[in-house]
Amino acid sequence: MASETDTTAGIEDGVRRRDFINIAAVSFAGVGAAAVVLPLVNQMNPSADVLALSTTEIDISAIQPGQAIKTSWRKQPVFIRNLVAKEIAEAKAVPLGDLRDPETIDQRTKPGKENWLITLGVCTHLGCVPLGAAEGENKGDFGGYFCPCHGSHYDTAARIRKGPAPKNLVVPPYEFNSDTVVTIG
Amino acid sequence: MSFPWAKNYEPQHPLMKYFDEKLPLPRLVYNAIGAGYPVPRNLNYFWNFGVLAGAALVIQIITGIVLAMHYAANAGVAFNSVEHIMRDVNAGWFIRYAHMNGASMFFIVVYLHIFRGLYYGSYKAPREMVWLLGVVIFLLMMATAFMGYVLPWGQMSFWGAQVITGFFSAIPIVGEPVREWLLGGFVPDNATLNRFFSLHYLLPFVIAGVIILHIWALHIPGSNNPTGIEVKDEQDTVPFHPYYTAKDGFGLGVFLLVFVALTFFSPNTLGHADNYIPANALSTPAHIVPEWYFLPFYAILKAFTFNFLWIDAKLWGVIAMFASIALLFFLPWLDSSPVKSSSYRPLYRIFFWILVADVFLLGWCGMQPAEQPWVILSQLGAIYYFAHFLVILPIVSRIERPLPLPNSITEAVLAKHADKPSDATA
Repeated sequence: MASETDTTAGIEDGVRRRDFINIAAVSFAGVGAAAVVLPLVNQMNPSADVLALSTTEIDISAIQPGQAIKTSWRKQPVFIRNLVAKEIAEAKAVPLGDLRDPETIDQRTKPGKENWLITLGVCTHLGCVPLGAAEGENKGDFGGYFCPCHGSHYDTAARIRKGPAPKNLVVPPYEFNSDTVVTIG
Repeated sequence: MSFPWAKNYEPQHPLMKYFDEKLPLPRLVYNAIGAGYPVPRNLNYFWNFGVLAGAALVIQIITGIVLAMHYAANAGVAFNSVEHIMRDVNAGWFIRYAHMNGASMFFIVVYLHIFRGLYYGSYKAPREMVWLLGVVIFLLMMATAFMGYVLPWGQMSFWGAQVITGFFSAIPIVGEPVREWLLGGFVPDNATLNRFFSLHYLLPFVIAGVIILHIWALHIPGSNNPTGIEVKDEQDTVPFHPYYTAKDGFGLGVFLLVFVALTFFSPNTLGHADNYIPANALSTPAHIVPEWYFLPFYAILKAFTFNFLWIDAKLWGVIAMFASIALLFFLPWLDSSPVKSSSYRPLYRIFFWILVADVFLLGWCGMQPAEQPWVILSQLGAIYYFAHFLVILPIVSRIERPLPLPNSITEAVLAKHADKPSDATA
């Protein structure tokens, strides 16, 4: 009987003490659950050793005009290509309006070094390594790179021209240390 | 949970009586797969595939647990540990080949199980929940199979992981962070391999749990049957045991025969030679294709080579691929015909077989390089696939004039035998 009087005693404006206790308890449990979920979700993100930004120094002196090499930065492939004048002219001749991801070749190279095209070798569609960096590989319909997985064609400035990829090949951050050495990252 | 004439469990042995009072597990088994579960008397062999899928899951779990005793989920040694299983572990080659081909067998029987449901209208009321749970199982199977394929850390493993996690990068704005979150890095690496192994071990047990719900939901209305007419009284049914335990047992024998033939005589036919090359992050195999059971969906993904409206080709491909499966969730409401079985649906039956042909066409296109004429064929195949569910099915179910239905399952069965007197004497 005493408990009955207790539960009715606290009523103010139709709100019982028990309602307050229920809401408070469930809210507290909810906050607690969210606090536990956060680290459980966050542990999936790249760990500190993966994130530790490595930089890669590359000697490009041996790359002849028209040649390209494949190297690696943060475990991702990188293409370094020494463009010939014809390829640069081809890239410049394309009106920006024709491009899916409009960028000029000057925006994708360093001033005065516009023959050096440095991009990630990761197709922006689903991440395959496009062909075209090594001798004799299929360079696609536009003389740049061709991704065999789903048929994306990139031009001589590694811009997407045809196929399912949405973006141009990504230009990673890099600096020229000298005329022959470049640091990526 | 069952029909009124279902027999009740009466323990014979005092020990079973004692056990049943404390924990009614014998009762549960008796009512679920024993003589206490009445089933339509006219089920054909297409009704074997649910049990066969369950058997395939059990085989995968047993072989998988054994493989995990020898496998090392580390990018540095994973490939070699699989070779160690193949060459050094006693009977390791057998267990791995059984697991590899067991996955294919699982998908073969599940696809037959799904198409059985499509042909006989098993997805319709009152079995919508059974169908929905089945689609959930199918999705879980696909996730599990994909992550399992990554574990040997060969070229196809690595590039499969790269491409499939790449789907998520198609999502605007958050796509790339989501992909990095899934991979635990910028490319598939040790973190990816470890988490895939953990989940690959977990998901089969989740599948087992959903299968229990699938069977539970099935046992409320009871099984559909080739006529699609609901059970009316006791003479329409036979007890599950011994009738269907025997029929399923025979089917299981045939299943195992195919399975061991594949495992012993042709274990690599359904795999890719490239996966015996260790993963190399700098070189994509010349021709990258998923496992055969993903090919129709892969063809739909590849069908989008152009931007359309404000959405780019990549996102379209990913949306279409996921939609092609998500569509199945809406199937019970897209088909409004009250007649279930295609045996009485002359128009739907034609489109059913066209859909089957279309899925094979898509599967064939999925195998081919991204060139013409495969691109255009994939596009036509993908258009037809969506048109079947979204346009043809709703229209057909409204305009079709079904054949006259028999009054009961028993009448249908007896009429069938009256037509063929040779059967009666045989």
